[in-house]
Amino acid sequence: MINSTPALRLEGIVKTFPGVRALDNVSFDVVPGEVHALMGENGAGKSTLMKVLGGLYQPDFGSIFIEDKSVEMTSPLHSKALGVVFIHQELSLAEELSVAENVYLGELPRKGFGLVDWDLLYSKTDAILQKLRVGFDARTLVGDLSIANQQMVEIARALTVDAKAVIFDEPTASLTDAEKLVLFDVISDLKQQGVGIIYISHRMEEIFKITDRITVLRDGQYQGTVATRDTDEESVTQMMIGRKLDLSRNASHHELGGVALEVKNLSCGDLYTDVSFQVRRGEVLGFYGLVGAGRTEIAETLFGLRQPSSGSIHVDGKEVSVASPAEAIRLGISLVPEDRKGQGLVLGMNCRDNMTLPQIDDMTAGPFVANGAEVSLFDQYRDRLDIRTPGWKQTVGNLSGGNQQKIVIGKWLSMHPNVLIVDEPTRGIDVGSKSEIHKLIRELAASGYAVIVISSEMPEVLHVSDRIAAMFSGEIVRTFTSEEVTEDNLIQAISGIKQKA
Amino acid sequence: MKSEQTKKLIKSGAIWFFIVVELIFFSIAGEYLALSDKAFMDADNMLLLLKQSAPIGIIAVGMTLIMVNGNIDLSVGAIFAIAGIVLLDTMSWPMFADMGDGVIPVAWVLALLVGALLGALNGVIVWKTGVDAFIVTLGSMLGYRGLVFMFNGENPTSNLNWTLVDFAEAQFLGLHTATWFFAAVVLVVWFITRYTIHGRNAYAIGDNRDAAVNAGIRVGPHMLINFTLIGFLAALSAVVFYSESGSVNPNDGQLYELWVITAVVLGGTKLTGGSGSIIGTLGGVLAIQLLRKGLGYIGADTSTVNLVIGLILIVVLFIDRQLNVKGKEALKV
Repeated sequence: MINSTPALRLEGIVKTFPGVRALDNVSFDVVPGEVHALMGENGAGKSTLMKVLGGLYQPDFGSIFIEDKSVEMTSPLHSKALGVVFIHQELSLAEELSVAENVYLGELPRKGFGLVDWDLLYSKTDAILQKLRVGFDARTLVGDLSIANQQMVEIARALTVDAKAVIFDEPTASLTDAEKLVLFDVISDLKQQGVGIIYISHRMEEIFKITDRITVLRDGQYQGTVATRDTDEESVTQMMIGRKLDLSRNASHHELGGVALEVKNLSCGDLYTDVSFQVRRGEVLGFYGLVGAGRTEIAETLFGLRQPSSGSIHVDGKEVSVASPAEAIRLGISLVPEDRKGQGLVLGMNCRDNMTLPQIDDMTAGPFVANGAEVSLFDQYRDRLDIRTPGWKQTVGNLSGGNQQKIVIGKWLSMHPNVLIVDEPTRGIDVGSKSEIHKLIRELAASGYAVIVISSEMPEVLHVSDRIAAMFSGEIVRTFTSEEVTEDNLIQAISGIKQKA
Repeated sequence: MKSEQTKKLIKSGAIWFFIVVELIFFSIAGEYLALSDKAFMDADNMLLLLKQSAPIGIIAVGMTLIMVNGNIDLSVGAIFAIAGIVLLDTMSWPMFADMGDGVIPVAWVLALLVGALLGALNGVIVWKTGVDAFIVTLGSMLGYRGLVFMFNGENPTSNLNWTLVDFAEAQFLGLHTATWFFAAVVLVVWFITRYTIHGRNAYAIGDNRDAAVNAGIRVGPHMLINFTLIGFLAALSAVVFYSESGSVNPNDGQLYELWVITAVVLGGTKLTGGSGSIIGTLGGVLAIQLLRKGLGYIGADTSTVNLVIGLILIVVLFIDRQLNVKGKEALKV
């Protein structure tokens, strides 16, 4: 640490909302040249704290200091002017505009008469991009960039001011493992330039890889700050949730049933080629690979959202063609999609109606919907899956991510599917609920369902799967049993072929 | 990357390709079906086409900016009629009686001012209430049209000033007055979209409003400017048109908003905002005018023309959607 004066310091921050003490006497600081992790479950107060730093909320009590000068932050622009900049989890870019226009959005250089000084704009942007060592230039259209590169544009935007503290909010949520490494390089560059970095993430392995200190919040209260090298995942998790988290391997010990789903030499254009695998009742088949390796596209094909260009799909030994999701549901193939809020749920509807959505046609009493049957079905799966909601009337949009995911799973289970495909089962779900979802997936397999889990998180895929199909560039490179697989050979499988390609 | 650029070229060039196809089609079909002996691509005919494109075209240029900004304006037809009435009626006011032809510029300025004010009123309501522009301008479309009927009932407002008519019918370097106005508007607004802070911010707001707000762009004032501009342009369109015709029917300008939006969409502007170009809109305007004129040339009546344009609009949007879907697929790989 170059300098011990904190770049940014919060002291005794209190923020209350009607009925809730969202932040209760929280203190926090980041010194220049360090990466300081801020951790906590969803609802622990991280986002409220960030909104205080972003000038969106004014704290009831407490003070904020930048380089020991007391400041009041009144708006996002004001925070940025003071040198506190955010890299948000959700990208906030205008895709039809150039990189340069996005980087200097709202601050386009002028040359009088309201005209844009394009030369200056491009040269300033290129200078920043050079610092980030990216492979595109200021004139590129943002819409043409990969997600990872779009994130670099966000970071470039942060560097247009003399940043004292840069806050990364779940920056790796949509990045592949290779892209993460590039991001970590950028973070370490920033660190060397003496910027203080606040890093918010649920992902332990990242936290331990790149941070210097960890501060944990729970229920709006400050739980403590520890040096990363003096602690381990288990104790941090304990600070966060007050109990231990089980992430051990978990192969099935029960008898496997017959083959529920078999895929032979399936191809879909250049999205994936010659994919073959089978899933038996009672087992979990994991799919692991980089984003874009073709995993989600296979799931979409099985669910009738895409049509394969060649190959065959067999359900219970019979060859089938899945022309539409309706057909897939009839065949007993269910998909819990990656984008839970966008594709899995009708957020404005209540819990019961979401759960019974695909089978509403069958739940009738005469010409009317059988409300009673719907409620009892919902109650049954609420108990079975331990969905925590005040009642079936609760609007799904108001539930936590974990409970939302359980509703989606319950929706399909209530139809007794042959195969349950779960794409990114715990994306955006906090640590405590994560392990519940994992446990649920294991239980489903144990009770005889054939389950396919697609995940970008290696600990998750190792934890829940009996076998793991490693994908690279549209092909299954190798299928591991849980005895064979190690982190090393899995990583090699999904990226080792890269050198050849 | 290369194919991405090719695709963009195809997309921006498509409307011009369509125009060429129309020209060829009507020239050939005209040989057999035409009611007149004159060739379709006759120079006078083409010059007339440009002139006739001007009223819709001038408004369409403003609508492009409005739609790029993520809004829509349905009240342009009503503003067009009001500006026409202001133009013709003020010229007969007793207070201007001894000005002679000097009243012409006064009437012009008044008409343009009224148009800009009505547009600005839309903009202020959209800005301050946060109500969707579609709803606000749907209301003002009805309201402004009501004003038109309140003024003179069902009767037309007429005032033929021959100096004005001479000016409107003049040709400079072969192009009609209306064409010159249209060209100037295209040039100026194209410059605004390409080179000014306001223009670029309008794109950013339409593309990703949250991002723009977070970057400190004040969305409201930009929308106000654009609504004022389109009000002004709707009035300019009326000024150009009624200088020549000298009579406003209270139903004039009805459905203009839909013709204008059709031209803008044909020209490649996205309904959702953030993307579109003035040059594309110019293409859209010319394509529609060619189609109307060409179908008339080979003897089709108005109802057939509307049917064909409706079909073409849907086909174009379908093709556009296919192109975009393909583009996304390619990105995933």
